[in-house]
Amino acid sequence: MREITCRDAIREALREEMRRDDSVFLMGEDIAEYGGIFKVTDGLLAEFGPDRIFDTPLSESAIVGAAVGAALMGMRPVAEVMFADFTGVAMDAIVNHAAKVNYMSGGETSAPLVVRMAYGAGPRWGCHHTQSVESWLANVPGLTIVMPATPYDAKGLLKAAIRTPNPVIFLEHKLLYGKKGDVPEAEYVVPIGKADVKRPGDAVTIVATGLMVDRALGAARSLAADGISAEVIDLRSIQPLDEDTILASVEKTGRLVIVHEAPVRGGFGGEVAAVVATKALGYLDAPIQRVGAPWSPVPFGQILVDAYVPSEADIVRAVRATR
Amino acid sequence: MSYADQLTEKDLIQMYRWLVLIRAFEDRVCELWAKAGIMELPHGSQGQEAIAVGACYGLRREDQVLPSLRTRGAFFVKGIPTRVQMAGMFNKRTGAAEGRTSSHHMGDAGRGVLVGSGIIGASITVGVGAALAFRLQRKDHLVVNFFGDGAAQRGDFHEGLNFAGVFKLPVIFVLENNGFAEMTPVSKHFAGPDFACRAEGYGFPGIRLDGNDVLAVYDAVQTAAARARAGEGPTLLECVTYRQRGHCENNPIATCREMSEVEAWRARDPIARMRNDLLQRGIITGEHVATVDAEVGAEIEDAIAFAEESLPPAVDDLCKDVYAAESSELVVGRRS
Repeated sequence: MREITCRDAIREALREEMRRDDSVFLMGEDIAEYGGIFKVTDGLLAEFGPDRIFDTPLSESAIVGAAVGAALMGMRPVAEVMFADFTGVAMDAIVNHAAKVNYMSGGETSAPLVVRMAYGAGPRWGCHHTQSVESWLANVPGLTIVMPATPYDAKGLLKAAIRTPNPVIFLEHKLLYGKKGDVPEAEYVVPIGKADVKRPGDAVTIVATGLMVDRALGAARSLAADGISAEVIDLRSIQPLDEDTILASVEKTGRLVIVHEAPVRGGFGGEVAAVVATKALGYLDAPIQRVGAPWSPVPFGQILVDAYVPSEADIVRAVRATR
Repeated sequence: MSYADQLTEKDLIQMYRWLVLIRAFEDRVCELWAKAGIMELPHGSQGQEAIAVGACYGLRREDQVLPSLRTRGAFFVKGIPTRVQMAGMFNKRTGAAEGRTSSHHMGDAGRGVLVGSGIIGASITVGVGAALAFRLQRKDHLVVNFFGDGAAQRGDFHEGLNFAGVFKLPVIFVLENNGFAEMTPVSKHFAGPDFACRAEGYGFPGIRLDGNDVLAVYDAVQTAAARARAGEGPTLLECVTYRQRGHCENNPIATCREMSEVEAWRARDPIARMRNDLLQRGIITGEHVATVDAEVGAEIEDAIAFAEESLPPAVDDLCKDVYAAESSELVVGRRS
């Protein structure tokens, strides 16, 4: 099968949806002429012209607010806020408008928009361009939160995100943009809300999101060499959360490790742990382990970022703690 | 000839009737609040009605309005029935969103009323987005975006107006300068000469006008509308008015001001002003005035009876409409 990067897969999804539906348009800072700071939207201006993809002022609140207004009028905006950290500036439009208009209108008008953003730590970005913001938004009814880990999923999930009538937060890990993977040329959509077992196993369940899926798979390979068979579940979306896939796996393995890049405390792993503790405590043979960042802002530089972001070794240690 | 000069006698009488209806509705819900305690806390627009009526009269059904927290009149002129609004005040199933939201920020897609926000000023950018959609769809409809002097101090004012100016969007920003942001007078939250002059910084016209003159508002909005529909971009209209009541019915009217100031503005009341004007011009008679009062009174009492008889919201439907219905090929596993 054809191998392409996450960046190219996301661009393909955007291109295909723009060709399929005239109401889909893209707006954000430096996405049109420059092609996006991560080059995700490169080349789309040439194909679709300035009515379908355009640069906006540096105004994240207006970008998302205007996306909501346009969505209410029948458009399908895909807004980019560049770095996920800028969500803070656009928070009101996301939380108090996009997430609530369907409810406030009694189901009359929803806001079918996608807000794309790059998240995740890297050595050179500092504490305002690196955060994993999914938990900030996970407690808001009305939102859908997607976190792909592979090119295949990124493309299929983004197509579903654009087509659903509900607002979707689409989190793209910046270290995954260059990652390659199999992506078929034929049309497909990946339904949001279905977790994917990326590696089957029967001794321990590792639940992960985004970049941590690859780290969990790396940990699983190390553990296999020691005869420990780990099942790796990629949640793909945290809202909705695929409880069934998690519970079925824990029933089989009896052990659970949850990994995300956001800080452990208050992170979404707590919700996953609570679901399992509430619905499947009897299956557990050991306490649940959570792996995530320490309680600090994302630091600057390679040395500290390496210490901050969960590693394969951290995941292996957590698995051993369930033995 | 101005746009206002082109209004027929029938138009003028209809505009007057709207003013009377809005005032009567709000006075009545304030009474009900004080007496019995209806569920929704009134944030009355008494004294400011000419802005909503002047701005919304003559709009197309497809034109969108985004009322502020105090643009009650926009709901009326855009055609949301008195019964539905009253049922919302009573928190009944026949009100907005089957009683799951207040009437305050309700929307009505069929009538061109966008869902508002309890976050003051936040919907400025949403109105701009609706105007963006009209532009992208090559339609000549427009958006009237209402907000107060308090909202004009929000960052969303700047982001929204700049965005609209850059893309020359068909939106009319109607700033209802009623002298107060909640309890704080404009003199304490604003150091500039006026709000209208800010528009220059965004590249479009800003006009300060008498917001208690319904025909002046109508004329300014129609002028701005022609500009918007022609693709020439937004206009900021600072309509100077005065809030005759407290921020809401929990706040005493005289907080942070002298009652003499309130009385002085009551003497410039927009409804009495239009009534006297129409009487003087012989367009209405004293008999007309009494008939309108009686009709409006009956309409409101009917709406109250309707609200009282309506069912409360259904508890079982509490989590209804959190998400719009969607295909399972796109999203699975929604849970309440």
